[in-house]
Amino acid sequence: MRVLVAMSGGVDSSVAALLLVEEGHEVVGATMKLWGGPAGSGCCSVADVDDARRVAQQLGIPHHVFNFTAEFEQSVVGPYADAHARGLTPNPCIACNAHLKFDRFLVRARQLGFDAIATGHHARVGWSNAARCLRRGRDVAKDQSYVLYMLGQDELSALLLPVGELTKAEVRALASRAGLRTARKPDSQDVCFIPTDGGRERFLGERIALRPGRLVTTEGQEVGEVGALELVTVGQRRGLGLAAPRARPERRYVVGVDLAKGTATVGRLEDLLVSRVVLQDVRWASGPPGPGAAVEAQTSAHGRPVPAHWDGEAVCLGQPVRKVAPGQAVVLYQPDGLLGDAVLGGGAAAG
Amino acid sequence: MEPWLSERFGNPSGPHGAARAARQAIDEAREVVADLLGVGPGGVVFTSGGTEADNLAVLGRARACPRPLVVSALEHHAVLRAAEVAAEVLGVEVRTVRAGRDGVVDLESLEAALGDDVGLVSVQLVNNEVGTVQPLEAVARLVRRHAPRAVLHTDAVQAAPWFDLAEAARVADLVTVSAHKFGGPQGTGALALRSPVELAPLVVGGPQERELRAGTHNVAGIVGMAAAFQAAAAERPVAGPRVSALRDRLVSGLLSRLSGARETAPGAQKAPGHCHLVLDDVESEALLVLLDRLGVAASAGSACASGAIEPSHVLLAMGFSPKEALGALRLTLGHTSSPADVDLALEAVPQAVSQLGGGPAGAPRPAGAGLAAAHAQAAPGGP
Repeated sequence: MRVLVAMSGGVDSSVAALLLVEEGHEVVGATMKLWGGPAGSGCCSVADVDDARRVAQQLGIPHHVFNFTAEFEQSVVGPYADAHARGLTPNPCIACNAHLKFDRFLVRARQLGFDAIATGHHARVGWSNAARCLRRGRDVAKDQSYVLYMLGQDELSALLLPVGELTKAEVRALASRAGLRTARKPDSQDVCFIPTDGGRERFLGERIALRPGRLVTTEGQEVGEVGALELVTVGQRRGLGLAAPRARPERRYVVGVDLAKGTATVGRLEDLLVSRVVLQDVRWASGPPGPGAAVEAQTSAHGRPVPAHWDGEAVCLGQPVRKVAPGQAVVLYQPDGLLGDAVLGGGAAAG
Repeated sequence: MEPWLSERFGNPSGPHGAARAARQAIDEAREVVADLLGVGPGGVVFTSGGTEADNLAVLGRARACPRPLVVSALEHHAVLRAAEVAAEVLGVEVRTVRAGRDGVVDLESLEAALGDDVGLVSVQLVNNEVGTVQPLEAVARLVRRHAPRAVLHTDAVQAAPWFDLAEAARVADLVTVSAHKFGGPQGTGALALRSPVELAPLVVGGPQERELRAGTHNVAGIVGMAAAFQAAAAERPVAGPRVSALRDRLVSGLLSRLSGARETAPGAQKAPGHCHLVLDDVESEALLVLLDRLGVAASAGSACASGAIEPSHVLLAMGFSPKEALGALRLTLGHTSSPADVDLALEAVPQAVSQLGGGPAGAPRPAGAGLAAAHAQAAPGGP
């Protein structure tokens, strides 16, 4: 097969390319140039492009760089700032997958005559009930299926995920044995376009108005202030300027943010727990789960899944979870201990 | 070049026999280059290439004489960025002269930028992207009349294979050339000084090049450059018309086979090897990948540090939109190009354009269409 590998300059996509070459596919690597501004952390910086290119040279495959900075600004960075301005909690990596990797990049790959694209994500493409599905990667601690929940049959039919069956340690070992320069490169952790110098606050401060707000309890009592309401997230405990008690029931968490009123409400853990989350922009890999069907819900990238069912507009959780911030993704899985839990789909928590 | 890298290897700055031999090789090369540029041997400064020569001209001049710089919007980044740095570091004013849609510097805009205070004017002889020939004589007349204290620099890197620079660049005080454009090795070039010009060196710490450019000479590179320059000059009377004819066949052939293609600067005088088109609804980034696969090496805008293509500042200066600029296709021919090369390109370019669905059907999807659109319609493109 002719495969275009999205090479970020990290070890996972390096090994994805390596495995496809070893399997005898016609492989070409490409790195997306997404961000033109200053950025401290990895993922697609100039140094990362150099790493990807060097690995491609070592593997004997061609390497290209695609300038998708305009789309990235329009579909990821702009909406990220907008979401904060509206009190939502965006996940830009999910937006990047939806609009860049599995839209723009996939379109470009098809234009260039490739049969499939590949990435270094820790996840697996499989089959379930005669439809394609995405399954968790074998290394559950590194599983990245959560950020890929939006993929449908069209994308899944053109996607290869070579490292999904491997543990992270196995990936690094393969890279090391092949002498790839990325073998010991640390994984990128932060949002790729936010410079480490100044962080999110400075980045957003340059794009949107950051307004101070009052902290109030669930009873309406004022207990403090925050400098920028747009930076406050539901579920947040630290950085509120409140005295920090050690005992769990007394700890206070942000349970809601109201930009219009200029307040962030704090409460105790039990005030934060919810059992039902309405979702927007819902995507299903091959259709929603049946009413009452027992599934699992995961509410954050590395959160533990909990039993749940879908009632047609909301996820109903078998055990209460910490309130999911508006805009945050909730992903539903069909548990499968043998082949790996299958992603059914998901959406963004409604505001 | 080879002997100078092996059995005749020597540091030309040294006192011994091997050094003297290397020194002689450089001196001979210097005379050849000086002669072809129409300057005395003392007027040639060897550098690591055209970029360094441009830097020496612009930044070196600004450091010696911190007065306003006038540069055309069509200049290579080496000139533009050096001028920017002069502004940032030395506080020198930079005035940028507009270009017309025809890819030629606007003389009225130039005149408006000139004055008694100007220290340096930089206008290239041939634009490297579009190939348009600039009116250097007219530029020089304006500079002499309106900026008499200014030094005129011309980046002749793209012009060197095709023009007798001793003649075509005689009005310029400073001339940049780069060996790889006329069949010489990469990483070697020169700045010619037609008359004594106050320049501060950028690379210091040695007596070489009359202290204008310190550092042990790239003997093999310099020898190679001189040999290539001489060969190119000898071939030029025949190669020029031959390559022009090939280029004209390529341009008219592509225009007749591609419905959405326009010549970028039709009607302007161009160097013999340049074919530059703007294609509607085709992304040059994807086109270059396909052309490479078909055996055609083409280029589009300029590459940034990561290797991704940015819209060409030359096209933007000519008034093209960024989207149009991202549909640019540049094919250059040289003295080794043959009719078979043109035939191949005339097959490959339309084939690649059609694979990309050149035209409304293959237009890149609007950004933000997202996966919802992908679910709703069949995937575009494909062979």
